[in-house]
Amino acid sequence: MHMKDDSKNRTTEPVPLSSRRQFIRMAAAAGGGGILSAGVQTGALGRATKAAQVVLPATTKDVTPFKVHVPQIALDDLKRRLANTRWPNKEPVSDWSQGVPLAKAKALGEYWRTHYDWHRVEGTLNALPQFRTRIDGLGIHFIHVRSKYQNALPILLTHGWPGSIIEFLQVIGPLVDPIAHGGKADEAFDVVIPSLPGFGFSDKPTEVGWGLPRIANAWAVLMARLGYSHYVAQGGDWGAGVTSWMAKQRVSGLTAVHLNLPILFPPPPPRPGGYTAAEQPALAQLGKYGSDGSAYGLIQGTRPQTLGYGLADSPVGQAMWIYEKFQAWSDNKGDPAEAISVDHMLDDISLYWLTNTASSSARLYFESWGKDFGRMPIDLPVAVSIFKGDFFTPPKVWGDQTYSKLFYWTEVPKGGHFAALEQPGLFVAELRKSFAQVR
Amino acid sequence: MKNNLVNGTGVTAPVISRRNFLGAAAATGAAGIVPASLGSLTAQGTAMKAAQLVLPVATKDVAPFKIQVPQEALDDLKLRLASTRWPERETVRDWSQGVPLQKAQPLIAYWRDKYDWHRFEARLNAFPQYRTHIDGLGIHFMHVRSPHRNALPIILTHGWPGSVVEFMEIIGPLSDPTGYGGSAEDAFHVVVPSLPGFAFSDKPVETGWDVNRIARAWATLMQLLGYDRWVAQGGDWGAGVTHALALQRPPGLIAAHVNWQFVFPEKLPDNPTPAERRAIDRASWFANDQSGYFREHATRPQTIGYPLADSAAGQALWIYEKFQAWTDNHGNPEDALAVDAMLDNISLYWFTDTAASSARIYWENTRAGFGGLSRGRIELPMAASVFPHEIFCPPKAWAEALWPNLFYWNELDKGGHFAAFEQPKLFTEELRKAFRSRRG
Repeated sequence: MHMKDDSKNRTTEPVPLSSRRQFIRMAAAAGGGGILSAGVQTGALGRATKAAQVVLPATTKDVTPFKVHVPQIALDDLKRRLANTRWPNKEPVSDWSQGVPLAKAKALGEYWRTHYDWHRVEGTLNALPQFRTRIDGLGIHFIHVRSKYQNALPILLTHGWPGSIIEFLQVIGPLVDPIAHGGKADEAFDVVIPSLPGFGFSDKPTEVGWGLPRIANAWAVLMARLGYSHYVAQGGDWGAGVTSWMAKQRVSGLTAVHLNLPILFPPPPPRPGGYTAAEQPALAQLGKYGSDGSAYGLIQGTRPQTLGYGLADSPVGQAMWIYEKFQAWSDNKGDPAEAISVDHMLDDISLYWLTNTASSSARLYFESWGKDFGRMPIDLPVAVSIFKGDFFTPPKVWGDQTYSKLFYWTEVPKGGHFAALEQPGLFVAELRKSFAQVR
Repeated sequence: MKNNLVNGTGVTAPVISRRNFLGAAAATGAAGIVPASLGSLTAQGTAMKAAQLVLPVATKDVAPFKIQVPQEALDDLKLRLASTRWPERETVRDWSQGVPLQKAQPLIAYWRDKYDWHRFEARLNAFPQYRTHIDGLGIHFMHVRSPHRNALPIILTHGWPGSVVEFMEIIGPLSDPTGYGGSAEDAFHVVVPSLPGFAFSDKPVETGWDVNRIARAWATLMQLLGYDRWVAQGGDWGAGVTHALALQRPPGLIAAHVNWQFVFPEKLPDNPTPAERRAIDRASWFANDQSGYFREHATRPQTIGYPLADSAAGQALWIYEKFQAWTDNHGNPEDALAVDAMLDNISLYWFTDTAASSARIYWENTRAGFGGLSRGRIELPMAASVFPHEIFCPPKAWAEALWPNLFYWNELDKGGHFAAFEQPKLFTEELRKAFRSRRG
């Protein structure tokens, strides 16, 4: 595949495109104008316990190639911790109503320790062009794959919590190279997939303020820096929050958005006669979420640091904190592995663990939950795909009342909250179909 | 002194004297009495399991109990503390995101390098402790009889994240007032149980252990100990249990005292007084900013149990945060409680691996829509001490509206949620004053 990469000098102006081969050669030359050596990757600190930490290279406003290399000592430390797990006693219920059942937890922990291969996903990631660049004071990590097709539509895909860039790995190929994946050349996308601040290989904010509006602006800077003047954006979960804020703020270059979890809380006030029967299921979903399903959000929103101590120190704790959500939010009949392979779940969990981002990712709730994550009218063209296995599936009427240019609304019978990860084929088809109308 | 032993049929067995009881226990194997030597905690065989405590099987007999945490568990704790992996520091300059990293690290270093579990273990073991089987569960309790004849039996119930540790300073003054500047007429026989799922009580393996069932178990316990005229006291979930006892009015219970009062009116006043306004504001602050741990415990106690069971630092800071938030302090929990005292309590949770099982009390009590703020009308004679740094402090008028037999109400000028732990002298004095009119 012929791919192009935009690199940037220290100004915010786009610089001429160079071929990927050229780019890599420059990087390898170590010190070519403003480009960090690709050799400066994750490293280990000196002391025994600190050696297990992944350290991110410093960033500048240049777009610097990035490879993932988790030091062996961190992988060894993980295995040692997993082998030494101290477990709570078994839940007194026979379902998931108190959280991950002990038997499921032990099986996942054991698989992670004895069968799971981090190097596989590290290889997958490093086969993709990845970069870090400094935006608004923060190093932002992203995957950037250009399509070989001239009229490819640039798309920005934003993950949520407890997701990550891992969610999108299966859709990159079909999006950038549709011909090779059963599509047509005029369905091609240039794909940009950033890691949210405090997630994955992006920097962790050290000050307050990195809520959705600021992230939305940073993403616009990123797209401009990559030379994209017309693009679309997509997201679910927090990614839907960022995408909605980009649309609300009418950031430069953004022409349309696609949401797989539109933030369509019931539009107030209810019409005379109250909500219709068609609206009741979504109201019930919100009620259940509020009473039984939102504690993780409340604790992450109010005490991300306290929660972080346990999750940073216990891989099983981190794993179960996430695994619970794969079970609750994916399209399954009880076992999350029906919807997402155990390896894929552990790719995502490992990414959180190895980057030690439990607190920093939880802090997005502190910043924006109950503040910025709400229903917001959008006047940019909006496309929506509702994956019916998600925990919240609002009715179209709420979309009509909220988005003035709702140009696409489809209910997809299979797939849940982690749509791209659960149903990559359907997810790609949704993006192709919806954005065909704005090309 | 009397101990009632119950045989396997649930019928009360003949009363024997405490001396007889201990003698029988020491004789190892006297019918139905568990040998005292089995009362110690033992370690299982394998390396990893060595760090786990195993409780002796409880029977319906009242079996003496001593705590002995195996060295393997102490070593395992040190190892975990030494290899703590930390998150980055918080992005704020206060406790608004939880325990600041710069407060967390010294606490963990102190726990690892300076804290002495054996000091605390010896102190615990200086109290007469027992386990007995009630309603299918082994219940641990301290039981200190007063040397004074007319002592009033009292059952003190802790909450979360507290434990029997909260009451250790007041057991002496309550049971032996003349040894602590009081008078013999103020003496209590003191019973301090560990809630189901907490410390050395068994962890329930089935659902149903809500405050109502716990209250029934406590009534059984008091009866088992031979008390036919007694009072109850509690704060936090201990207040939940005590309110439940007051509603149930089991035989023998003559009055109750709570240091957290669940007396919110069903309909909040339209024009609240300043005191009402404060209570409403504090309750709403609790519901919004403070209740993340509560909702998580109430809905996913098992999931939150994984990191807390596995990470000693995680367990410590989950609790330490509450010592900061709920005690009467100027910003640091150490203003209100000694570091060693906090770590005594934290260590008790850690060594007994009770993060998930203790969290389950929230799950149990919220399933049926536990309101929390009001337990409705209570006919039993009620007493209350309001400590100013409690999570919310209802005005007396609210209690008067729901408790027709309110006989004691006092608002103090210091102390917080962990009243007995923070202000043992004031707390003792409150119980003496409150129950003075109930004696005789």
